[in-house]
This record gives sequence, C-alpha cells and structure tokens, in this order.
Amino acid sequence: MRILKYLLRKEFQQILRDRGMLPIIFVVPVFQLVILTYAADFELKNIKYVIVDRDRSQESERLLARFNSSKNFHNMGERTDFKDGMEALDRNQATLLVRIPNGFSRDLQKEKNATIMLDVNSIDGQAASLSYTYASEIIRKFNDEIAMEWNGLPQKASFPVEVKTRYWFNPEMEYKNLMVPGILAMLVTMVGMFLSSMNVVREKEIGTIEQINVTPVSKIAFLTGKLTPFWILSIFELSFGLVIGKLLFDIPLSGSLGLLYGFTAVYLLVILGLGLLISTMADTQQQAMFLSWFFMVIFILMSGLFTPIENMPVWAQKLTLLNPIAYIVKVIRAVLLKGSTFADIKNDFIVMAGFAVVILSMAVYNYKKRA
Amino acid sequence: MQNDSVIIANKLTKKFGHFTAVDAITFDVRKGEIFGFLGANGAGKTTAIKMMCGLSRPTAGEATVAGFDVNTQPNEIKKHIGYMSQHFSLYQDMTIRENIRFYGGIYGLRGKVIKQRREELIAELGIEEYANRRVEELPLGWKQKLAFSIAIIHEPEIVFLDEPTSGVDPITRRQFWNMIYEAAERGITVFVTTHYLEEAEYCNRVSIMVDGQLRDLDTPKALMDKYHKKNMNDVFVQLASTSTRTE
Repeated sequence: MRILKYLLRKEFQQILRDRGMLPIIFVVPVFQLVILTYAADFELKNIKYVIVDRDRSQESERLLARFNSSKNFHNMGERTDFKDGMEALDRNQATLLVRIPNGFSRDLQKEKNATIMLDVNSIDGQAASLSYTYASEIIRKFNDEIAMEWNGLPQKASFPVEVKTRYWFNPEMEYKNLMVPGILAMLVTMVGMFLSSMNVVREKEIGTIEQINVTPVSKIAFLTGKLTPFWILSIFELSFGLVIGKLLFDIPLSGSLGLLYGFTAVYLLVILGLGLLISTMADTQQQAMFLSWFFMVIFILMSGLFTPIENMPVWAQKLTLLNPIAYIVKVIRAVLLKGSTFADIKNDFIVMAGFAVVILSMAVYNYKKRA
Repeated sequence: MQNDSVIIANKLTKKFGHFTAVDAITFDVRKGEIFGFLGANGAGKTTAIKMMCGLSRPTAGEATVAGFDVNTQPNEIKKHIGYMSQHFSLYQDMTIRENIRFYGGIYGLRGKVIKQRREELIAELGIEEYANRRVEELPLGWKQKLAFSIAIIHEPEIVFLDEPTSGVDPITRRQFWNMIYEAAERGITVFVTTHYLEEAEYCNRVSIMVDGQLRDLDTPKALMDKYHKKNMNDVFVQLASTSTRTE
C-alpha cells in the first residue's frame, strides 16, 4: 500500500508535467464533440431527384408540386425518358428518379388505383431508405388529399390500417440527443485507451522498466499505479464532456448521473486494462499505437454509434456482445435519454464487470518482470 | 566455496534458441568484495547479470544471490540487491528529489528515512542547486553518480553495476570509483562490469568472460603474473583474442 502511494505520486507527476499532453486531452475532445455532432446528421435535406412525367396531367403536376415544396427534396429537372433519367442517377446528378407513367391520372380516376415508380440510388443504403421513406410520406399525403376531394373524407377502404408513429424518448427525433452521448462515450474510450496503451511501452522504450523490474514492486501494484491516474483522468473527461454537451447541445439528463458514472467506472477498467494489455505486448509505442487503432476502429464501427446494431448481419450482432464500446453506447444513451435505472442495465453491469476481471487478469499475467 | 559468499553460481547457463549467451559459468563472490566482471562486447556479461538480478530466467544451472535461489526466489533477491543498468534509468522528466523519493519509496523505505537519506545524498554529491531540477538537466557524469547512489539507497547486500562509467570523463570516473570504495567499506558487495581495463585493477578479484564462458578468475595481480603481463589491458587482450564469436 505504501509502495502504491509512491507509484501513484510518480505517475501523476509525470502526467501533470507533460505540458504538451494535458491540453490535447481536453481540447481535442471538445473539437470532436462539436464537429462530429454537427457532421453526423442523419436527416437528409435536399435529396436530388429527377422526373420523368409521361402523363402530364393535372394530377401528376400536383404530386410533383408536393415534391418541389418539400425541404427534403431538391428538383434537378425533368428528363425525357427512363433511360435519360437513369443516366442522371448514373452520373450522380440525382439520387432519386420519380417516374409517372402514361395514364396515371386516368387510372387514378377510373380504377381509383394508379402506379408511380421510384428508382433510388442505393449505394448508400441508409440514404436510399431515407429517401424512399420521405418520398412515400409525400405520396401518402397526396393520396389522402385526392381521396378527401373525391369522397369528402380520407379513403379508408384503401388504407384500412392507418399507422401513426410516436417517437418515444427522443420526441423531436433530435439526432443530437442520440449522437452526443454516443460520441462522449467514444471520446472517453479513446483518451483512456491511447494513454494507457502508450504508457508501459514508453517505459520499455526509455529503459526505465528494467529498473522497476529489478525492484521488489509487485506486478499488481505497478499496474494499479499505471491504471489509476488514467481512470481518474477519463472520469474527469466524461464530466467535462457532459458539461459541454449540456451547455452546447442541451442534451437531456433523464437518468441518474450516479448510475452513469458507476457504469463508466467499471467500463473504464475494461478499456484501460485493454490498453495496458496492449502496452505489455508491444515493444514500441508504434506497435502499441497500431494495435490500439485496430481495436478502436472495430469497436467504434461495430458499437451502434453510427449504424444501428439491428442493421448488422446476425453474426456481427453476436460479435458486438464482445464489444465493450457497444455496451457503453447503449447504456449512456439509455440512462441519459430514457432515464434507465440500475435494474434496466443490471445485465450490462455484470457483463462489464466480467470483462474487467478477464482483461485485467490478462494484463497482469502478460506483464513479465522476468524474461 | 566459502560460507561468506554472497553470490554462488554453478554452471549458470542462458540460451536464446541455438545461441548460448552464457555457457555454464561457475564462480563465487565474497561478501564485501569488489568483483570485476570483464568481457568483450557480446561476451554475455549483461545476460549473466540479468540472470542474477532476477530479470532473466536461467536456461540451466543454478545460482544463489544473497542466499536466495535465482530459479525460484527472484522476488526475494530483488529485495536484497541494487542494480544500475548500462541504460540510464532515472526518470528524466522528474526532479532529482522526486527520483530519489520514488526509488526509496518503491524499495519500501519509510517517508522519514527517505527524506533523511535524500538530503544526505544530495549534500554528498554536492548537487544542492540541481536538487529541484529535472534529471535531464544534469551533466552525464552527475547523472551516473546519482543513479549509483539511488541504486544503493536501500542499503542492499549486493549492487550490480553494468558498465556504470561508460561515456564518463576520467575525473568523474575516479570520483565514481571512490563512491564504489565507500559502498564496499560499508559492507555492500559490488559486482561491476567495465570496459576500462585500468578500472579492473581497482577490483579485489576479476573474472574474464570470453564467448559466454568464464575464462579465468583471480586477483588482478595474480592474473598479470600468470599471463606475464604488465597490466590488465594486456591480460584482457590475450584472453579475449581467443574469441571465435563475431559481433
């Protein structure tokens, strides 16, 4: 215990003395939080579309006027035929091709049923499905309007079940509310992981680790001395990010902050443990950096932060069960947006504690005082 | 072998793959003596020291250091030895006082003792004006003297010095050896490797390693007589030139 005090004092002295590092730890996250939050906007505005109108009727023009007035769509003009329209999609001049076939208004009036075609450029699947959703919404409203005019009331016959959606927990569909907590989790992870993974290996590079290894200091004491300062720093980083999130983006803080900190505290043991494990495996800071990046990129992309886990193939969804970042992203969103309680995230807590035990044991085991 | 031996090595061996870095060396070091451990670059000196300090696991053979077995009790050994490697191993970004306190602390010394030894040590080295400055600002010679003082801050039974004076000017080397003598007089056994053969003559006994094997071991005078040389340098050159290892 007494020895740990000296180890901790030394680590803090070195961290706080590094004039270059401290500002990086606190300035960079602010930039990331602000830039990423604004950039990771999932709402699509100005989806470019082209039209092939073979009907040229009053009805077709009314439908197209609706597209025209939508803030989600931007009219790139008319094309003469399907081939022409597809070429526009091909050349990335438009994402959506709206085709109104000959006889649209006739079918509509006679059969009470007409077809239009939507061709969507699906290279970006997410954007494609959003374009489709927006377009369907416009067409549905057009339907209602026509039905209202003809029958005096919405035509229930063709829409026996009407779907009304209410968006819970994030009523304004405010993507910022979704992104800020997630990005915050990512920042805390990045800072913790990089700092811890570079640390022990740095002592290997400058040779001081040999001097430590020849002392009776236990492996656990040494690694505890390494882990604790970064743990405190990362917790501080979380607080810092929460304040910025609240001030700049007014994110909701629905749940218990104590619960959030409690979970993050356990989560950080996993991330810092992984960093230390990498540090004990690597021989140079370069190797440690590369390994950290490898894990970070996979963990972040498969965390559900930018793409919903539900969209992944089943095997990938199963893999995310091993991804600590997926847990923190889920928990931080649940606690901040939904106000989840301990009972709701108990399982995540248990899993995370299990991860912590495994990873920390591996780090201690893998740190060899004797070659 | 005598009872007052603090290091007893018996056929101590370290292999890296097919390469035998240390080849069955057998020797003993007596309490309080200054034991010179000579050898050309790559002869296996550092590997041998690392085995004795519990940094490296022997492939074969045995040794006891301060009464503890290097194979089974490396942690006990570490409590009783000091070690100064050929790489400079103080923390450059910490001050001299902080380094002393840190190393004193991790050897388990009490706060009061550390404080007292620290101030004594600073006064002895005459580095009061540097005491609160970072180690990186110290001239090399002073760094080495400081590193040595820190290596024995916990009054170990044995101190291992791996080329402690390389790159240091002759005057500082002289001062360094005075510190070694003082430590030996206090009863600390000194196990030292060096490239400077005139330093070998300051040792009570000297061993010479060639190609991982211990070629000879005796007092400097006896070795010079045996090989009919006027100084240790010539003795060393004659023995080391039998090396078949290429660097």
